[in-house]
Amino acid sequence: MTAGKAMDEIFRREAGRVLATLIRLLGDFDRAEEARQDAFAAAIEQWPCAGIPANPRAWLVSAGRNKAVDRVRRDAIYQSKVLHLERASAEADARVFIDEEDEAAFGDDRLRLIFTCCHPALGSDAQIALTLREVCGLTTQAVSRAFLVSEDTMAQRLVRAKKKIREAGIPYETPPPELLDERIDGVLAVIYSVFTEGYAVTSGTDLMNEALCDEAIRLGRLVDVLLPRNPAITGLLALVLLHDARRRARVSDAGNLILLEHQNRGLWNQAQIAEGLALVEDSLRLPGRVSPYSVQAAIAALHVRAPDNDSTDWRQIVGLYEVLLRLQPTPVIELNHAVAVSMVDGPRSALDLVESLAARGEMKDYHLLNAVRGSLLHRLKRTAEAREAYLRALAEAKVEPERRLIAARIAQIDAG
Amino acid sequence: MNYLLLIYANEAQTDAMDPAAITALVNEYAEFTKGIIQAGQFKAGDRLKPVSTASTVRIRNGKTAITDGPFAETREQLGGYYLVEAKNLDEAISIAARIPGAKFGSIEVRPIWPPAR
Repeated sequence: MTAGKAMDEIFRREAGRVLATLIRLLGDFDRAEEARQDAFAAAIEQWPCAGIPANPRAWLVSAGRNKAVDRVRRDAIYQSKVLHLERASAEADARVFIDEEDEAAFGDDRLRLIFTCCHPALGSDAQIALTLREVCGLTTQAVSRAFLVSEDTMAQRLVRAKKKIREAGIPYETPPPELLDERIDGVLAVIYSVFTEGYAVTSGTDLMNEALCDEAIRLGRLVDVLLPRNPAITGLLALVLLHDARRRARVSDAGNLILLEHQNRGLWNQAQIAEGLALVEDSLRLPGRVSPYSVQAAIAALHVRAPDNDSTDWRQIVGLYEVLLRLQPTPVIELNHAVAVSMVDGPRSALDLVESLAARGEMKDYHLLNAVRGSLLHRLKRTAEAREAYLRALAEAKVEPERRLIAARIAQIDAG
Repeated sequence: MNYLLLIYANEAQTDAMDPAAITALVNEYAEFTKGIIQAGQFKAGDRLKPVSTASTVRIRNGKTAITDGPFAETREQLGGYYLVEAKNLDEAISIAARIPGAKFGSIEVRPIWPPAR
């Protein structure tokens, strides 16, 4: 390996950890980002001659912190800021050297960063954007693309969020035990949103934003390593791995959506499925309350375990949806439950469930409600009503491949 | 850092409380206030008279204009406040969550600028 390549790899591996530690030492996101850039620049200058230091991470943190102190001294307007930083720097000296070989201390900094970015006092869009930018290290441009907003808009959103962290005193800390479960739920909601936004893009021409799915899995793995043996975290990681394992089989070469029942199961990622299945078991065995993510992962596990669609254990899936409805009674889960019921008791009973859901008006403008209704009516040979439901779904659907799938169903009815 | 915890509630709802419930609430507030004084977090705190007693003052074109009533008509009205000292937002939130009024009204948590030097 060339020296340049070795350095690139160190930078890639250490970027997130160095930033997280610098935020703790400097107490400011922007200053820490600047300091990290300075540290990497210094490394590019010095390492080729002096050699790569024994502990590159500690070197980078030290260099970044020194550069930040220099910078503040240079453009110091407020004397107090220099004093604060010098104090932080003296503490840091002690800490960096104690921590030199201490992986755990750096791990804690990344965990602090995650909890700060996902703090409930920030808006949920801001939480997701900050996490992608600061924890995953995505560029502002990449984050803005994921949200389908302009780079300027995203830059402003990030500036506002960082300002609130600073001005409102959002701590850079792992929450105390009495808040931990609640805050973990918030972190998991962010990871899940990143994944679903990637997996089921809410509008646009493409069906998936694979980069977002990858980031969600990386985040899930990171949190699972940092807070091991937590049933909700393990359950979420299992869930995203099992869904994502079907990624290749979900879209045709032409970019069309392929439903689970028609997917080529040979294209599923078996290594990822094996990992996901083991994690589902772990998450259900761990002590603590059962997490809705674990139950959803158990449902996903039953789907991927079946060698083909017909041998899927629908009865058990219906049972799991009933557990899920008790933990998390949402209209989307009710709709999924109805679909599973149709596979056990037939389309008639499922249609009753869907109609009662529709009558409550909670899923107005949600295209999948009418798509499911259309499919059930079609199975009941009530084709005129099926066609009407599909037409409504078509008017509500916003993603092109989903629209094409619904249009194909209508064409199928018209062809008799 | 200092935070102002603004206590909002629907006055119509609190006016309709029976005397026993009011006594219980006043006791809860006394207990809560004692707790944050002992914890060294309390700096100030008061209950406000109802918005029907409020006046709003503005100076426009050099003239003082006084109107009857609060600055804005809202569903919940400002009914009291605590000024507290907390390590960070999480500590301020945990104090706010223990204010008896949080159970039926809302507490707005606002960080306070440090005094200008």
